Amino acid sequence: MPHDHHDDCPPHSLLPPDPALRVKALETLLERKGLLDPSALDAIIETYAHKVGPQNGAQVVARAWIDAEFHAALMSDATAAVSEMGFYGRQGEHMVAVQNTEAVHNIVVCTLCSCYPWPLLGIPPGWYKSDAYRARVVREPRKVLAEFGVVLPENKKVRVWDSTAEVRYLIIPQRPKGTEGMSEAELANLVTRDSMIGTGLAKEVTT
Amino acid sequence: MSRVHDMGGRFGDGPVPVGSDTDPAFAKDWHARALALTLAAGALGKWNIDISRHARECLSPKDYSRFTYYEKWMGGLADLLVQSGVVTRDELAGQIVQPAPDALKERKLEAQNVAGVLAAGGPADRLGPAPQFAVGDRVKTRRIARNLFVDGGHTRLPTYAAGVEGEVILSHGCHVLPDASAHRLGEQPEPLYTVVFDAGDLWGEPERAGDEVTCDLWQSYLEPVA
Repeated sequence: MPHDHHDDCPPHSLLPPDPALRVKALETLLERKGLLDPSALDAIIETYAHKVGPQNGAQVVARAWIDAEFHAALMSDATAAVSEMGFYGRQGEHMVAVQNTEAVHNIVVCTLCSCYPWPLLGIPPGWYKSDAYRARVVREPRKVLAEFGVVLPENKKVRVWDSTAEVRYLIIPQRPKGTEGMSEAELANLVTRDSMIGTGLAKEVTT
Repeated sequence: MSRVHDMGGRFGDGPVPVGSDTDPAFAKDWHARALALTLAAGALGKWNIDISRHARECLSPKDYSRFTYYEKWMGGLADLLVQSGVVTRDELAGQIVQPAPDALKERKLEAQNVAGVLAAGGPADRLGPAPQFAVGDRVKTRRIARNLFVDGGHTRLPTYAAGVEGEVILSHGCHVLPDASAHRLGEQPEPLYTVVFDAGDLWGEPERAGDEVTCDLWQSYLEPVA
């Protein structure tokens, strides 16, 4: 059997250098071994590219803003509360909702990898997985927030939640002023992805 | 000591590459393919989430730093496939491919089962011992953030939070202990807590006095503070 590699080099170094070709090589290999159905990959991609995303979390937040009973249920057992809305699954098995207030602004990170509440927010954006965000937001959250265009008053405390276990956090942003008469669907349009991670605020209403 | 992935608090990374709130879920087609391939390979049942996280952490610091996010996933996946005997190095290198054993082929994720598998998730909570700590208790984290079973092994105590006093603010019941699970030592479930730390205790000079950081930590990472 030919051996043109050393056993001390890691297996991944045997793959092609181009990243897209590396993925293709692994996919082809597993398919030829009878372990992979390419149409299953299409189904997974379809799920996270189009079906599951921050629009789910936005519905949860909007409902929490207008329904005090739901808000209470969400704060006491978020997994059960969002499951009732149909939002459960991989990377959302143990949810905790955290409320932003006048006194405290909350931000979520995963410094060790990229843990993120998939059923509510979808696949994390590139910046959430970046070294810069993971390294810096725990030590200098206010400087990081400023890079997102968010400036907090000095009297507001910042609490950064480092997702180091299988618990996943959903930030409930503060409800913008002047939204009293809005419907749940209109409110959901104000809830951005970043506002549910804590690197943004809900959109202000322009009159 | 820690590995390259344990970067919380590190200096020198520059600005966060802030995108737009409306960026697509996958910047490139192969990113989507890499994520889907990782999930489909995981469905074969040859490893758990802790083993797969550890595989990425075991990339050399040089590879970890130069690889983009999904390249890390592909690197970890290739290494795991070989370690767990699913593929051989020769097959990875493009040599003749042998079919997998029938028992493994039967675990292949079929397209019609994808929705069910993703919706079912994989909860980490388990029955286990009663919690030693209550909400409001002061605790101190393990002085060196390390795995007690395996030298250089997987742990979820970040180095920046090692040897620091904090307060328990949430109690989550018992969860699978990653330090054991990542090394196929069983689940060894333990009480899991959210512990809040004062930024000044973590960083010496906090960005603003009174700011806080929380971590989710297993009971064996913690000792009581009198």
